[in-house]
Amino acid sequence: MKTQTMYEKIWEAHLVRASADEVPILYIDTHLVHEVTSPQAFEGLRLNNRKVRRPDLTFATMDHNVPTTDRSLPITDLIAAKQMETLAENCAEFDIPLYDIDSPEQGIVHVIGPELGITQPGKTLVCGDSHTSTHGALGALAFGIGTSEIEHVLATQCLLQQKSDTFEIRIDGTLPYGVTAKDIILSIIGHIGIDGGNGAVVEYTGSAIRALSIEERMTVCNMSIEAGARAGMIAPDDTTYEYMAGKRFAPKGEEFDAAVEHWKELPTDEGATYDRTLQLNAADIAPQVTWGTNPGMVTDVTGRVPDPADMATADEKTATEHALAYMDLKPGTPITDIPIDRVFIGSCTNSRISDLRAAAEVAKGRKVAENINAMVVPGSQAVKRQAEAEGLDQIFRDAGFEWREAGCSMCLGMNPDTLMPGQRCASTSNRNFEGRQGKGGRTHLVSPQMAAATAVTGHFIDIREFSS
Amino acid sequence: MEAFKEHVGLVVPLDRINVDTDQIIPKQFLKRIERTGFGEFLFNDWRYLENGEPNPEFVLNLPRYANASILIAGVNFGCGSSREHAPWALQQYGFKAILAPSFADIFRNNCYKNGILPIALPADVITSLSQEAQDTEGYQLMIDLEQQSVICPDGTAHNFEIGDFEKYCLLNGLDEIGWTLQFETDIAAFENR
Ligand code: SF4
Repeated sequence: MKTQTMYEKIWEAHLVRASADEVPILYIDTHLVHEVTSPQAFEGLRLNNRKVRRPDLTFATMDHNVPTTDRSLPITDLIAAKQMETLAENCAEFDIPLYDIDSPEQGIVHVIGPELGITQPGKTLVCGDSHTSTHGALGALAFGIGTSEIEHVLATQCLLQQKSDTFEIRIDGTLPYGVTAKDIILSIIGHIGIDGGNGAVVEYTGSAIRALSIEERMTVCNMSIEAGARAGMIAPDDTTYEYMAGKRFAPKGEEFDAAVEHWKELPTDEGATYDRTLQLNAADIAPQVTWGTNPGMVTDVTGRVPDPADMATADEKTATEHALAYMDLKPGTPITDIPIDRVFIGSCTNSRISDLRAAAEVAKGRKVAENINAMVVPGSQAVKRQAEAEGLDQIFRDAGFEWREAGCSMCLGMNPDTLMPGQRCASTSNRNFEGRQGKGGRTHLVSPQMAAATAVTGHFIDIREFSS
Repeated sequence: MEAFKEHVGLVVPLDRINVDTDQIIPKQFLKRIERTGFGEFLFNDWRYLENGEPNPEFVLNLPRYANASILIAGVNFGCGSSREHAPWALQQYGFKAILAPSFADIFRNNCYKNGILPIALPADVITSLSQEAQDTEGYQLMIDLEQQSVICPDGTAHNFEIGDFEKYCLLNGLDEIGWTLQFETDIAAFENR
């Protein structure tokens, strides 16, 4: 019998055309759209007199640009406002459902997709955003595309795409106390490097992955792109079916049962092989903190800032020198000695309700250290409502955190939430690139627990030693 | 899309690895709704000083590299965000081709769709071409897409790989959407399955 990986099954089930001498045409079940990467795609449609083939498979929201302060006030950034207005006009013109800034469903596209049940196991899903890999947590084949490809999917509901390599990353064992899904993925990237997954679709397997909740799986899949992978995915299981049940766009009743039967056929067959494999033990993973200017420049919280002289190649030495100069860090500094100015809890990596609960548990009854500005930005309006119903907002506010409206916010600082030059931030987001959170800003990536603990101590601290 | 067949141009070496798309075009320029006007913001944070003046030390600002149209860089060029604004900025600045030991996946794809040629060559070849571009003022390379070859002034040729379909699209400046739409009946049949 032919054995296949999950990726190969989903891939094959979506081939519209595959002849040996042509590039394969892949059908796309779900297309998510946001304000930043779509305007030129709609413009292209208009110029060529083309329609959106399946507005019913397309969903739009506003997240990157939206202010996270009082939504009843007018938007002060006129260019950003224009971009949001353009999305609204395009959705109206092409009949695409839009969760706009005033919608109770508004939120980061990768948070609301799963939340609404738009993301489903076995589906192909794309979005003009590299962190589309997040949706693979439910067993979907989900990846980011550029604006030309957005236009292509709008017009044809298909993509021209070559098949990727498969890469199994297997994590067995039990995660130690204080170690989270964020630490799993940061440590994977530390192992394989930021191009270690280039061109591959990663499937995360093993007992440590199975033990994760869907939200935690999303954190892992989210950062697949930071290892250069095209997509990350995790096979659906009972945890997945439970998560899907009752979601707004999920199948209902008998249809749901039929869907579950189909989902059960998705996991990789026993005996199927991957092009590449990597195995890690969960027990070996410690809380992670990045020290440099890409997510691969990462170490254990008990570690130190590395010395460029210790790097294996001349290129890496130069890159490390650049990074340390930009980050204003000295080789050999213990990570826990690094003081910070700002804390950002949010982004499509870590802004779901379980992330906020974890951070609130640390913040509860404590105070944000003096001179530190800390903010919590829920991933969606639904997450915000849930957190408020549980009183998490009050815990954060009492501790001195700012409590904001949903959006991408300081993950990339396209809205007014940015670092000032020279400011150092403990951030639960996914990219510590130069200038990502604001020109001259310095970003250290950590888990929500570590971010909250850092906020109250004023410097990085090993969450495992932080008394609760 | 503009067709790409052959190109001869001045080479500028950017001696950095893992150049991410946040560097190529920082986020504050992503708010435009047009497809044009990104070239002047290419590498903004490296290219300009605090006061908005060009940074005289940044390689693109050196007079000898003005009008360069071929960029050489280190491994994993274009990693990070999927923003197509990155290839737009490179193209609108005037780059026709980028040479590096490797490229990030989405970025490479986005280049093909905009008539820019991402050429992956072995690391030692990249290092030596980059050295030549530093040592020799006015150093030019010729790129022949049909032959899949980068040709040095002394006649040495370095062959590179490219997918047949990508090559076909670039050589013909093909409209990919038009290509897919010719299979409309297949798409409809798939939808009715
Ligand atoms: S939260 Fe950050 S990474 Fe996620 S979609 Fe928004 S900008 Fe991109």
